Amino acid sequence: MTKEKQQSIPFVIKFIVGIIVLICIFTVAMVFGAANTSVREVWLAITSDSASDTITMIREIRLPREVGAIFVGAALSVAGAIMQGMTRNPLADPGLLGLTAGANAALAITFALLPSINYFGIMIACFIGAAIGAVLVFGIGMLKRGGFSPLRMVLAGTAVSAFLYAIADGVALYFKISKNVSMWTAGGLVGTAWSQLQLIIPIIIVGLIVALLLSRQLTLLSLSEEVAVGLGQNTMRVKIILFFIIIILVGTSVALVGNMAFIGLMVPHIVRAIVGTDYRLVIPMSAITGACFMLLADTVGRTINAPYETPIAAIIAVLGLPFFLIIVRRGGKVFS
Amino acid sequence: MVRLYTDDLSIGYGDRLIVKELSISIPDKKITTIIGANGCGKSTLLKTMTRIISQQSGAVLLDGENIAKQNTKDLASKMAILPQTPESVSGLTVGELVSYGRFPYQKGLGRLTKEDYDVIEWALDVTGTTEFKYRSVDALSGGQRQRVWIAMALAQETEIIFLDEPTTYLDLAHQLEVLNLLQKLNEEQERTIIMVLHDLNQAARFADYIIALKDGEIVKAGNCEDVMTAEVLEKVFAIDAHIGIDPRTNKPMCVTYDLLKGAEK
Repeated sequence: MTKEKQQSIPFVIKFIVGIIVLICIFTVAMVFGAANTSVREVWLAITSDSASDTITMIREIRLPREVGAIFVGAALSVAGAIMQGMTRNPLADPGLLGLTAGANAALAITFALLPSINYFGIMIACFIGAAIGAVLVFGIGMLKRGGFSPLRMVLAGTAVSAFLYAIADGVALYFKISKNVSMWTAGGLVGTAWSQLQLIIPIIIVGLIVALLLSRQLTLLSLSEEVAVGLGQNTMRVKIILFFIIIILVGTSVALVGNMAFIGLMVPHIVRAIVGTDYRLVIPMSAITGACFMLLADTVGRTINAPYETPIAAIIAVLGLPFFLIIVRRGGKVFS
Repeated sequence: MVRLYTDDLSIGYGDRLIVKELSISIPDKKITTIIGANGCGKSTLLKTMTRIISQQSGAVLLDGENIAKQNTKDLASKMAILPQTPESVSGLTVGELVSYGRFPYQKGLGRLTKEDYDVIEWALDVTGTTEFKYRSVDALSGGQRQRVWIAMALAQETEIIFLDEPTTYLDLAHQLEVLNLLQKLNEEQERTIIMVLHDLNQAARFADYIIALKDGEIVKAGNCEDVMTAEVLEKVFAIDAHIGIDPRTNKPMCVTYDLLKGAEK
């Protein structure tokens, strides 16, 4: 009998390759744009305090934007991975299950009622909105004992999202702030400033670290809730903490880029094909892959029809929809 | 001596009670089997005894303490459960899955110690799954997969093991293999085993103690000679059973049976 070998490539190597790919894509994202620059100029923008036009442009416009893309991509992908593991629903995604729509509605209401609110306040509003969206969708899912099937869950998410977007639109029209609100929600990464990143990055980092600390618990939960209980997991407590991580990751992302579906759906599926279903590996790999994905999408959005911006949400949706259909058709597995 | 018993246990969903004021004692270091018709509450009882679902009233007591009040992680080092047909686990290898049996003993990110590895090796070995260690759990047949899940429960190193229909989906030889394994664990390591079985003759052959349930209440509990009688089976399953003696094990067995007259539709 032939002795079977352990995993062909160790995780560490896959992870390092991921980081190298991320650095390469980051470089590409920094160099290409409406105004093409050189790698040398990018390097100078990051390391020196030279203040030529191009270098200032890179430092104040492109750099914060791409750094934002990295963290939002990581946050949404990890949130998607947690949701898929926790609910054992391969179609779970913050954008598809009402979280983004909830944050969006909260954003509109906040602009209407507290027009002078600062960025921190907007973020808190997004947390609350995302939580309400999630509670609505999962609440509907719990109406039936034993829960909804993954596809029905997405239907519930679509219905709740439509309702929440209607609220957002209604509020925006009534208070005549449509332009303001859509600047936020459809703006993608345009106009990302260092001041926003200073607030958002630490929160996302904390969210990612806590997610990593709970990743073993998440793997157990993703096997089966009964197995998790039998092995001594306090499932209620773990689920509540994971829920808060999702809300924080999604809320901060929406506060920065507005609506964004499918990235949290796609990235974890791609990652599981590479590293398997142990969430100790899925979570860090999702963060890196999500960052790469978002950087690429943003670069395409900036260059495909330059000098005009193509919305990043649209670019991701173009890839995401076929992906969604493949998952549905294959019953939860894209690669097998 | 009895370590585990239920006290006036009632379990239900909403208004509907599935198990009614049940008080049973599980003999220590023996094999106990719960039998009964579909929907009689046997799986529900097993899930409540392992705190997977909670009861409406009454209590499950282990070593004199209500399990609902015990630390769930401590409890996991005393009792293990193999649920009915666990969901498929795409992507995990057999070794990874079995290593999760060490979860109750781990802290933080869960690095496995030498002792953990030894226990995992032992669990794989005793269930005959060592050769699949690096294979994906999905790639296994139903019988192999069931043995892997049992290996995970064994890696938990508990004195009490619950199994909900451990022989479903297995062919005859594999069913016997699983039951022989459980018997061996009981005899050599004095583990207390509580399981739900559908096959009456297997229950009679392997169990020291049988609990027959109907509509959430005990019809008869005792050794196989007490429970495997035509009267008990008539009440429990509404069948007219002919009980004989297994020529190899000398245990009572249901040789043939018919539906009760009048019970046919």
